[in-house]
Amino acid sequence: MATQAPPLVDRTIGEVGELLRSRQLSSRELTEGCLARIDRDAERLNTFLAVGRERALAAADGADRELADGGGAGRPLLGIPYALKDIFVTRALGDDGNPDGGLPTTAGSRILEGYRSPYASAAEERLAAAGAVLLGKTNCDEFAMGSSNENSAFGPVHNPWDESTVPGGSSGGSSAAVAGGQAFFALGTDTGGSIRQPASLSGVIGLKPTYGRVSRYGMVAFASSLDQCGPFTRSVADCANVLQALAGHDPRDSTSVEVPVPDYAAALDGEVRGMRLGVPREYFVAGMEAGVERVVRDAFAVLERLGAEIVEVSLPSTDAGLATYYIIAPAEASANLARYDGVKYGLSAGEDDLLENYLRTRGAGFGPEVKRRIMLGTYALSAGYYDAYYVKAQQVRTLIKAEFDRVLSEVDALLAPTSPSVAFKIGAKTDDPLLMYLNDACTLPVNIAGLPGISVPAGLADGLPVGLQVIGRAFDEATVLRVANAYERTAGFAALRPPTAHD
Amino acid sequence: MISREDVEHVATLARLGLTDDEIDRMQGQLNRILEAIGQLQSVDTSAVGPTAQVIALENVMRDDVPRPGLSREAALANAPLREGAHLRVPVVLEEGR
Repeated sequence: MATQAPPLVDRTIGEVGELLRSRQLSSRELTEGCLARIDRDAERLNTFLAVGRERALAAADGADRELADGGGAGRPLLGIPYALKDIFVTRALGDDGNPDGGLPTTAGSRILEGYRSPYASAAEERLAAAGAVLLGKTNCDEFAMGSSNENSAFGPVHNPWDESTVPGGSSGGSSAAVAGGQAFFALGTDTGGSIRQPASLSGVIGLKPTYGRVSRYGMVAFASSLDQCGPFTRSVADCANVLQALAGHDPRDSTSVEVPVPDYAAALDGEVRGMRLGVPREYFVAGMEAGVERVVRDAFAVLERLGAEIVEVSLPSTDAGLATYYIIAPAEASANLARYDGVKYGLSAGEDDLLENYLRTRGAGFGPEVKRRIMLGTYALSAGYYDAYYVKAQQVRTLIKAEFDRVLSEVDALLAPTSPSVAFKIGAKTDDPLLMYLNDACTLPVNIAGLPGISVPAGLADGLPVGLQVIGRAFDEATVLRVANAYERTAGFAALRPPTAHD
Repeated sequence: MISREDVEHVATLARLGLTDDEIDRMQGQLNRILEAIGQLQSVDTSAVGPTAQVIALENVMRDDVPRPGLSREAALANAPLREGAHLRVPVVLEEGR
């Protein structure tokens, strides 16, 4: 690790935000810095599927004018360059139906190649209102289905920590962009771990908020009862600021909930003294790497030294989480992906016969993992199997949720590993879907129960990042952030940067 | 165990055109995955109701008031085939079919 201060593009939002507001630095300089890093590493990392250079610079100039007028007070994201996972639609058409210079949306799939959304996602709108500068759309597993980013139709993303390894997935372009100094924050989506697991493997912070906390309007749907979106950042304080901009009810997403949004930055007081933090014994799953377990248990000890009481707890149905998830998520996906029919938008095989057009369009447009999940979901929902698979999984979901509710009535939050492994080699698990699915064993129960979870860097094993996961009660992101922040302040690992940052 | 015919049937239900190679591979992979998720059958759920979603919201309603939507041109702009103000779809019902 270099000892000098990191280059501007590798610093936190908090650090560069101060420089912006004191006019020592412009948003244009920051944006140009990110664009230069994106260009430099475009082939090496393959993080972006679309970059909106001119629009980003124009937005940065607008932010600079606001900053010059003193508009930065209470707007921590004003002038900060960021990236969106290419699962969020970005408006790219005017009312006249012609391209308006906005960014295309692919969801990592050939079936949406060339698609231009006629409307903006809630995330794009809210972050624009916060004054953040959109750089581009990041690579991801096709329709967010994967744990390595190898299922993208546009090639794998490489981990800035070691280019021969994966960044995790499905939001691997976003995690790698933040780790690699290409964006100060990025949004991902998390259906079974797709924010937290890549955050862990890429050495950044990644938060999945409570189901219902953030609007999913304009997020390409994968599994609607599990999907949620959230930020990747380089500090927990940055994460709190991005969540603040995103959180809150949106009438366009009827599953977003009308509950008060607290001041998340104010929750970061560094105190965990007197808190009870539970460690579910079932989360040290079979096959967990020894280095990961060592780093994570060291992190527990740090929090204990800070005055938290660490207690072992039990979530006995954890083992059933994987099977439950791999029924519910594919079932919902098979229904959601029925919309790609070659008629309304996207790829079309151009057959004269309607059924033939469906078969050929979808056969050509979807990649192997998406096909596998559509098949699995269609099977689980088909006549004769619905009760045995789908209803059964919904019943087990009740059990998993009840266990979390019981344990979280006894402790303030839970601590666990985020992923059983560090970043693995590209290609190492692509031949075995089940082996790949095990990457999410520690994260997907949290989606099944709809709870908030964060991954915060806890150190290195074999030279690669390991994440500590903090899981909280529904809508209690404040406690999750507070624990992560207290840990980060003491451990200082959020300041880790991959070797490429210092080239 | 699901057969090759089962895979073909489910693929048709899902409107997925699969090649012979894909069907072969899918059959093996689906059987392995279904075997793994079959462990759920050993979980006792006799006294447990299903949970479709975890937040206690139901039937979220809004007032039925007209509001602006997409323009026709924006809504149709991505259509592979259109005819005037309409999406064009291959013929579904034909005489003699």
